[in-house]
Amino acid sequence: MASILRFRKLYYVEQAVKCSSVGFESLDQSTKIDQKLNKKEEDVNNLALGINKRKRAKEWRCIDSCCWIIGCLCTTWWLLLLLFHCWPVTLLRVPELPGPGDRLKREGLTALHPVVLVPGIVTGGLELWEGRPCADGLFRKRLWGGSFTELFKRPLCLLEHLSLHYETGLDQPGIRLRAVPGMVAADYFAPGYFVWAVLIENLAKIGYEGKNLHMAAYDWRLSFQNTEIRDHALTKLKTRIELMYITNGYKKVVVLPHSMGVIYFLHFLKWVEKPPPMGGGGGPRWCAKHIKSIMNIGPAFLGVPKAVSSLFSAEGKDASYLRAMAPGIFDSEILGLQTFEHVMRMSRTWDSIVSLMPKGGDTIWGSMDWSPKEGHVCDFSKKSHSHTSLSDNNVNNSDIKRGFRVKALAKYGRIISFGKAASVLHSSQLPTVDSKEFSRTSASLNLNISCGDVWTEYDEMNRQSIQNVAAHKAYTSTTLLDLLRLVAPKMMRRAEAHFSHGIADNLDDPKYNHYKYWSNPLETKLPDAPDMEIYCLYGVGLPTERSYVYKLSPSSRCKSIPYKIDSSVNGEENSCLRGGVYFADGDESVPVLSAGFMCAKGWRGRTRFNPSGIATYIKEYRHKPTTSLLEGRGTESGSHVDIMGNSALIEDILRIAAGATGDEIGGDRIHSDILRMSKGINLPL
Amino acid sequence: MSLLRRRKPINESSDSKPLLEKEEEEQHQGHDEDDDDDGNGKNKKNPSKINKKRGEKPPSPPSPPPSKWSCLDTCCWFIGCICITWWLLLFLYNAMPASFPQYVTEAITGPLPDPPGVKLKKEGLEAKHPVVFVPGIVTGGLELWEGRECAEGLFRKRLWGGTFGEVYKRPLCWVEHMSLDNETGLDPCGIRVRPVSGLVAADYFAPGYFVWAVLIANLARIGYEEKNMYMAAYDWRLSFQNTEVRDQTLSRIKSNIELLVATNGGRKVVAIPHSMGVLYFLHFMKWVEAPAPMGGGGGPDWCSKHIKAVINIGGPFLGVPKAIAGLFSAEAKDIAVARALAPGFLDNDIFQFQTLQHVMRMSRTWDSTMSMVPRGGDTIWGGLDWSPEEGYSCSKKGEQKNNTQIMDQTGAENAVCKGRSANYGRIISFGKDVAEAPSSDIERIDFRGAIKGHSAANTTCRDVWTEYHDMGFTGIKAVAEYKTYTAESTVDLLHFIAPKMMARGTAHFSYGIADNLDDPKYKHYKYWSNPLETTLPNAPDMEIFSLYGVGLPTERAYVYKLSPHAECSIPFKIDTSADDEDTCLRDGVYSVDGDETVPVLSAGFMSAKGWRGKTRFNPSGIRTYVREYNHSPPANLLEGRGTLSGAHVDIMGNFALIEDVIRLAAGASGEELGGDQVHSNIFNWSEKIKLQLDDETPVHSSR
Repeated sequence: MASILRFRKLYYVEQAVKCSSVGFESLDQSTKIDQKLNKKEEDVNNLALGINKRKRAKEWRCIDSCCWIIGCLCTTWWLLLLLFHCWPVTLLRVPELPGPGDRLKREGLTALHPVVLVPGIVTGGLELWEGRPCADGLFRKRLWGGSFTELFKRPLCLLEHLSLHYETGLDQPGIRLRAVPGMVAADYFAPGYFVWAVLIENLAKIGYEGKNLHMAAYDWRLSFQNTEIRDHALTKLKTRIELMYITNGYKKVVVLPHSMGVIYFLHFLKWVEKPPPMGGGGGPRWCAKHIKSIMNIGPAFLGVPKAVSSLFSAEGKDASYLRAMAPGIFDSEILGLQTFEHVMRMSRTWDSIVSLMPKGGDTIWGSMDWSPKEGHVCDFSKKSHSHTSLSDNNVNNSDIKRGFRVKALAKYGRIISFGKAASVLHSSQLPTVDSKEFSRTSASLNLNISCGDVWTEYDEMNRQSIQNVAAHKAYTSTTLLDLLRLVAPKMMRRAEAHFSHGIADNLDDPKYNHYKYWSNPLETKLPDAPDMEIYCLYGVGLPTERSYVYKLSPSSRCKSIPYKIDSSVNGEENSCLRGGVYFADGDESVPVLSAGFMCAKGWRGRTRFNPSGIATYIKEYRHKPTTSLLEGRGTESGSHVDIMGNSALIEDILRIAAGATGDEIGGDRIHSDILRMSKGINLPL
Repeated sequence: MSLLRRRKPINESSDSKPLLEKEEEEQHQGHDEDDDDDGNGKNKKNPSKINKKRGEKPPSPPSPPPSKWSCLDTCCWFIGCICITWWLLLFLYNAMPASFPQYVTEAITGPLPDPPGVKLKKEGLEAKHPVVFVPGIVTGGLELWEGRECAEGLFRKRLWGGTFGEVYKRPLCWVEHMSLDNETGLDPCGIRVRPVSGLVAADYFAPGYFVWAVLIANLARIGYEEKNMYMAAYDWRLSFQNTEVRDQTLSRIKSNIELLVATNGGRKVVAIPHSMGVLYFLHFMKWVEAPAPMGGGGGPDWCSKHIKAVINIGGPFLGVPKAIAGLFSAEAKDIAVARALAPGFLDNDIFQFQTLQHVMRMSRTWDSTMSMVPRGGDTIWGGLDWSPEEGYSCSKKGEQKNNTQIMDQTGAENAVCKGRSANYGRIISFGKDVAEAPSSDIERIDFRGAIKGHSAANTTCRDVWTEYHDMGFTGIKAVAEYKTYTAESTVDLLHFIAPKMMARGTAHFSYGIADNLDDPKYKHYKYWSNPLETTLPNAPDMEIFSLYGVGLPTERAYVYKLSPHAECSIPFKIDTSADDEDTCLRDGVYSVDGDETVPVLSAGFMSAKGWRGKTRFNPSGIRTYVREYNHSPPANLLEGRGTLSGAHVDIMGNFALIEDVIRLAAGASGEELGGDQVHSNIFNWSEKIKLQLDDETPVHSSR
């Protein structure tokens, strides 16, 4: 901005000099010109004529007029800019309602409990501390988050730096990329795209500041235990919480994890009480002493199906749409683009994505023919969702031949199906391929000598086994893990040392002391902290990816990803199938089931996962699209990230931070079907 | 960046612009026809030059097109051209490989030496001890957390540091937010300005003006990163104890150092305070061992357990004379010169500028400025007729000081003593003659008892509040009558002219010398940041380094005059007309060797003498080292602020200093570094200071 201003100044000097030599006549003339301009405004046809004339005259050449136009544009632009800057700040603002922070301040709320923010995957910034020569001059610059300009300038270099080591899941030699610390880590993801900023601003209104507000930034690419091993992130968080507890007059902290931060913090809860060297050595009462409540925002407790598709074929709903619309761009080998392959190679080095794989297997996510009653009526015109139709068909859900009104309830249990038919047919009609056949038939590696530079583990699979995978037709969340073990054995070996996706039979089994179980709510006990409160705050009313219809990629080129979401598959009008993706209710990323189940059933009351009977609350926020563009991302949004700007959610958080309890803010508030859904899940508690 | 962003809307709006273009072309048509019809109708209006030209050579017009090419068009055309070239350059600049500037520099100046980080990495050094940075005054960023209406939209934006854009846009609002409460020295009601945390707090002060960034980058080369580096950012406007009271900053530093030690395998930290951070860290070391609630309750061996070395960079241990000028008349050498060059500009009342008064009012609410008032009184800074630096002669050429000359003097010790030497002890003198006269000739009327008149109460100046308005004319006169002030009487002077401010200040800082350090009163926190009134912690393995630049003229004493119009403005001014080549007097300022801000005496004395060996200030015999870095100006503009600079802030980019710091951080001891490295006269000057260093029977010459 400064440079423009300086520039403008320079220019005005020039102008003054030039104009003074010509005098006032030119001014008269220009007004005359203006009048003429107005008169002949509509006449457009004379363009060609005009050019001819100009050519004849040879006085007003093309390049001059170009310069002239640009000059005009710039001048008007600068004028507008000047006006914009001179404009009083208050006039420009859309008169907006006072935010929840202002309102609650007037009610007399003040900061009481220190607040810890735990960001989720992707939203945290990463900066470079040591890099290869191609990343020259980027020292301590953000490679992730911020403006992403470098991503366009040197994409391959960036991808190389963002990737982790494929074997260890830690830094590659010679590259150190670290999480940005402090509040700036995740207040804005990109300029103008807030993540935590709105919440922080509202917290500040009632008196929060650096000393009682902390952003627990961590490197979200790593597995959770590795953040401790490499960066001591967990120890840092522990000391920070202890410090805030002491310096704020022994007030317990309120923790706000978002998205993946939820399971990160779950991991922390277990870690902090375990003895060193594996744990933090805080002792068994640490959580009870230091934590007042955990307010999980958009929690991905049981994983998200989206993670599956991104690991399997590096695409989500959005990407597959794009691919369908502009085929060839992403797949083209020209310019060595191969965007998907690069993205896949990069994201497969990130352990954290594996942490988001659906947990709990068929019990939670449904088997071939059964799934929890996620009868979400998909209404893509986004009218209000009628729940009445659901109550009609909740009698016997596993029988698909029932009723004509709902033609085919989506079989959500089959998270990946090959072909639409496979996603609908009854399991008995599907070909049963013995999973033993999955055993890799010694991949012939001679194929891919020429494709050395882009390396995904698909290159090591031969054509036959790729076909085999497709022949199996449908995969549930349990067999899906087998599938991934097949297509990406190294990645799964690495990641499964850090994460587990099962359900514990006996939680007292000593094996559950290992850190790989800590982030799975179905394989850990909550800490012994009866006064603590756990909240699940999430948005509902948005179609959320739940399962996928895949197809074999037609191209047999060696370097491409052999599977694709079949975006041509669409269901009938009210079906939840769109572009090869089955949708369920949720917040656009996390299905209701994953977000709400633990609070609704798994931890409700005194269960084996919650031995001390920590109180749990569910707060759902119905998504309301913004009414006008001016509102930006809205104050009533329910989508995964935008919910952080939701006024109702912010108000709830502020009240809790200022000392209210869960019952004081009204207990549960449920819009979705989560309670009925959880009832359908047969999990011993 | 902003340019790039701007380009987009233009492109979008260009859809609508062709219309304009067309209109324009039509209008040309019209003009052509006009020309034909009227027969140079325009030219009649425009008779002088163009007509002639046309008349001379009508068929081929290579000259600018007549008549139609109006001024407005030319202007637009001109802007267009400039914009296009600008964008082109911008594009080229962005497309240019990042290392290109370096190639150019190397092509011109020859290959640059490796930065110390790279060099030492090749030697095999690795990150070992965690590092704690303690920034100084002014360099740390401050951001807004709660403000008045006028600061709308600045939430969590930097008010201090960064681009300072808001200072120009809404200066009064900015001053209001940067000021603290005049009574408490804490936040005013409804305003919360807080320090930026993390390394970003003080890596760059303004874009392109590095403070810690170069050091951080070099440390990163040998493996440092966020987990073993920590910037102890604090609100530098507050008094040191208040940072704990308001923000719990000291507790945070303590907890972070403990964390660093714990997570780095029990290796002790290396603390690197700069400028005022030196005093702050001194305060911290006392605080952390003192029992709660006043202290941090870390126990008596906290420092020896957690700190390996304290590397003080440009530390004003004994204060800086600049602080007095700043408090007394809100000006330093630079401002005084600016004022002399453009008289009236800074002082004028039109537009309600009154810049200096506003600055003064703001800076007087900052307790921290009082931490830098010279300590130790006449014993350290010299009396009316003597000063430790006596005989120091500056070279004739002022700024372009020849360093070898100073080096020669080190051994010679005043052998080439001039006939007269500056009386540095007189920190403030009214009139040049007073500054030079022998003390017996000066008639002084004590100002302390003078009655402050209220006659000059001036309602029009109410908005600009400095305590000068309460003094009245008699008070001001009394101040001038006293003629000359030494370090001790300056403190009294400040008490006289700004009683409220000093009342606040003396609750947090003390400027004396302790007679008996075991006196229980020294347990109070106000003594903790004064090295002459505290003992160092009991940590025999610790090392203390004083690293500072020498070879630059540094403000040491001032010649003042009464301001001619004593109405609303500050009644005292530096007398910029006073010059004397022989006694280092330039523009009313006596200068001495130092780093442009801190005189050598203040930076080096404690390490050279006060703490050297086992003294009463250093009962456990912590080893101290003095390392001086001679200033040599950058050879050419391309080098920027130079890699050999000795100036107060620029020294943070000095390669020799960085190398020393890295070696220490990687595990070397002071001996391995080469012990002392002295260019100035510091040891001679320290010798002249008669300060009791043994424990027994403290007797003071000056008291």
